[in-house]
Amino acid sequence: MPADGFKSASKPLWLLAELTYRCPLHCVYCSNPVDYTRHRSELSTDSWMRVFREARALGAVQLGLSGGEPLLRPDLEELVTEAHRLKFYSNLITSGVGLDEERLTRLKAAGLDHVQLSFQDSTRELNDFLNHTRTFDLKLRVALALKRHGYPVVLNVVLHRYNLDHIDTILEMAERLEVEYLELANTQYYGWAFLNRTHLIPARDQLVRAEAATQRFRERVGNRIKVYWVVSDYYEERPKPCMNGWGSVFIAVTADGLALPCHQARSLPGLVFPNVQDYPLEWIWNESPAFNRFRGFDWMREPCVSCPERFKDYGGCRCQAHLLSGDAAAADPVCSLSPHHGRVLEALRSKETSDTARALLFRTDENSRKYAKDSNGER
Amino acid sequence: MDKSPEIPESPKNPMFAPESVPLIPPRYRLQWEEAQQSHVLLYPEGMIKLSQTAAEILKRIDGRCSVGELVADLERAFPGADLRGDVLEFLEAGHASGWIQVRV
Repeated sequence: MPADGFKSASKPLWLLAELTYRCPLHCVYCSNPVDYTRHRSELSTDSWMRVFREARALGAVQLGLSGGEPLLRPDLEELVTEAHRLKFYSNLITSGVGLDEERLTRLKAAGLDHVQLSFQDSTRELNDFLNHTRTFDLKLRVALALKRHGYPVVLNVVLHRYNLDHIDTILEMAERLEVEYLELANTQYYGWAFLNRTHLIPARDQLVRAEAATQRFRERVGNRIKVYWVVSDYYEERPKPCMNGWGSVFIAVTADGLALPCHQARSLPGLVFPNVQDYPLEWIWNESPAFNRFRGFDWMREPCVSCPERFKDYGGCRCQAHLLSGDAAAADPVCSLSPHHGRVLEALRSKETSDTARALLFRTDENSRKYAKDSNGER
Repeated sequence: MDKSPEIPESPKNPMFAPESVPLIPPRYRLQWEEAQQSHVLLYPEGMIKLSQTAAEILKRIDGRCSVGELVADLERAFPGADLRGDVLEFLEAGHASGWIQVRV
């Protein structure tokens, strides 16, 4: 998204509503908390509508309806109707499971603006292996149905060691399905992806080849398909400007009502995230200690506090700093200036010994209960 | 022969002749945002904050009105201004970014 629109504001422009943690898929890099089985309660329809109204009043204009699988909420159409009434631009972020003709029609009538559909790969074998379901053919049918119903579509594919070499067929698939946008998101290592890190980290030359293929594709298709490439930050020298800065433009609300400055922030220890059932969003955004903890630049230490690049990257990602250094206020270890940068290099080296590491963990209730404690501070 | 200064065909803007009809693809939505005190153009997962000039141009793009009519209408709304060059430049930039198309 263009920075000019999202940078200067001190208002939340994005509301990500994680309507449920339930999901029919079992993706190995799921971004839900590893211990999601401990957070089973879900906000009511009325509570979500109130959150939408309060966020809109604060200035939020983009609404992500996500999960888990948001189609598991039978009130999704009602929520979209309210979002549309409030003049949100509504984005349904879905696996496609449950998106039949009837719901496509109802959601269109309710005013849904756009659908982001995930594929795990361009081959049936790997797609169905990584999400541990038989959904590849269904996703293809959904993609075609979306175009028939006139939705703009973002095709989302998370990239990693197992599918980066399929880049050519992934790009072909996007073209064949006539989507308007293709988001190629290299895996970010949090939650489930962090647990499976040694399996998922690609080799550098895989990334280089895939990025070059993507660039050639961009030059060929021009405006027909807009391609976003989310970098694999472990291979970078500088951190990503995570969320454009803490409490700057983004607010996530979890299935059970926690308001977060980033959808991974739940994993940070020592912070009490307010629940939207207890506090108005206006207080949460402006006044709550959690949203102010890493806002601006005053919380920074060296090497960030005197770094001229702090205005560009905001010190990187707080969750990554916590995961890799044990200290959420440290510089993001992706940065080569971080004293903890060695941890990233170590992770890149450790991928070579992944044959001896534990098996790939799928996002399942059983694994959630078993591995919640291993995921470095997930609460 | 004397060239009329107000109608040079700019070679930089080959997409838009006076009779071309620009349109905004349906995935884009133009709306006023009170919190930002400006118009914005919304699209899947993104937003462009618009200057007042940009908003005045985009408001007039309805998929029926030609570039010539658009310029004339703007010049009626803002008398004294020669807006043709600005409008063409803006349309060209929008076309390059994908949020303006030419009706065929």
